[in-house]
Amino acid sequence: MMLDASRPVMTEQASPPPRKGAVAQSGLRQKKDGSLAVAEDETDWSGLLLRVRDHRDKAAFAALFRHFAPRVKAFLMKSGAGASLAEECAQDVMATLWQKAHLFDPARASVSTWVYTIARNRRIDALRRARRAEPEELDWGPAPEPDQAEALEAQQETERLGQALAGLPTPQRALIERAFYGDLSHSEIAAETGLPLGTIKSRIRLALDKLRQSMS
Amino acid sequence: MGYAAGQLPEAFNLVVATHVSLCDECRAQLASFDAVGGAILEEAAEISMGEDALARALARIEDLPQATRSEPLKPAGIFPAPLADYVGGDLSSVRWRRVGGGVRQAILPTGADATVRLLYIPAGTAVPDHGHRGMELTLVLQGAFADENDRFNRGDIEIADEELEHTPVALAGEDCICLAATDAPLRFRGLIPRLAQPLLRI
Repeated sequence: MMLDASRPVMTEQASPPPRKGAVAQSGLRQKKDGSLAVAEDETDWSGLLLRVRDHRDKAAFAALFRHFAPRVKAFLMKSGAGASLAEECAQDVMATLWQKAHLFDPARASVSTWVYTIARNRRIDALRRARRAEPEELDWGPAPEPDQAEALEAQQETERLGQALAGLPTPQRALIERAFYGDLSHSEIAAETGLPLGTIKSRIRLALDKLRQSMS
Repeated sequence: MGYAAGQLPEAFNLVVATHVSLCDECRAQLASFDAVGGAILEEAAEISMGEDALARALARIEDLPQATRSEPLKPAGIFPAPLADYVGGDLSSVRWRRVGGGVRQAILPTGADATVRLLYIPAGTAVPDHGHRGMELTLVLQGAFADENDRFNRGDIEIADEELEHTPVALAGEDCICLAATDAPLRFRGLIPRLAQPLLRI
């Protein structure tokens, strides 16, 4: 599988493999003492997306495009799409990102997560020609003041998940990837991933509880 | 997780989406699985886009209006939005067909790999004992049912696999309305004669 070919062989204690092909390192780094370091070359993807949302900033869009379009294309190709279909769908995903930027809430999810959901839905539409029912939208109210702490948390979660994913024993990691790339039947997909999802779930649950309270 | 990974048959997607509309716990769980997808996207290798890809994208968004935030429509009635979409309305829009014993069903149009239907079970009625080939999801929208092990109220979802044989009984009080999806061929085609035979293993 392409993903394995580009990574060194994983051992149980291996640190996350170096990223291939990425020029700008996104996200935050955790230093050895556990505190956070903001790297010199960090790219604040949610900041860029908010500029798209609030100012129709094309330069910000271009930066997002350069980072995410190739990844979406890779994701679609690994899911079985041919190169030209994948390219076309990646363009669709980025156009959707532009159009639906108003739906992005940095406190709820990182940009990668949000882009992933757009890509996944596009893939279902393109590869399976199926409809996808989505849960009822909640009314979160007017666009909130960006809560920096929450946005940071969401960004970190994706980082940590990425590292946790890379740190999983190869069979487990392969299983999860196969699930997301469409290589397992739905009855083969188990909810037990071995990934630290508890904090994410709690955070979202808390946000939902607060929303319910404010609605009642 | 299958729903987050986009791997479920359309019929199952509908039941999951409808359930999540009613269950904050699962909504949060779904968000965490989406985050796994995000991490996978982020960590994946890149495959270069065509030379003029960015230029094309910029040209495309030139004419694209940015949608503005709109109030999500809150459907009145017992069907959450994704289900109301498929039915084309709420309860009054459902085209029921009798299957015998007071039980009614309405099959909703989805892809062929799985089926989903609305079930109407009068209070106190038992749905005949049936085993499952494959998996069945049953979501309660109104009333409640109980089988040998558990009781299910509005918003609750029962997940039954091949191991489970059960005789769900709609509890007294409100008539029970459920959304049920299965990836095995529909078994209700011979329901009328089957209802005449008590507790038969089908």
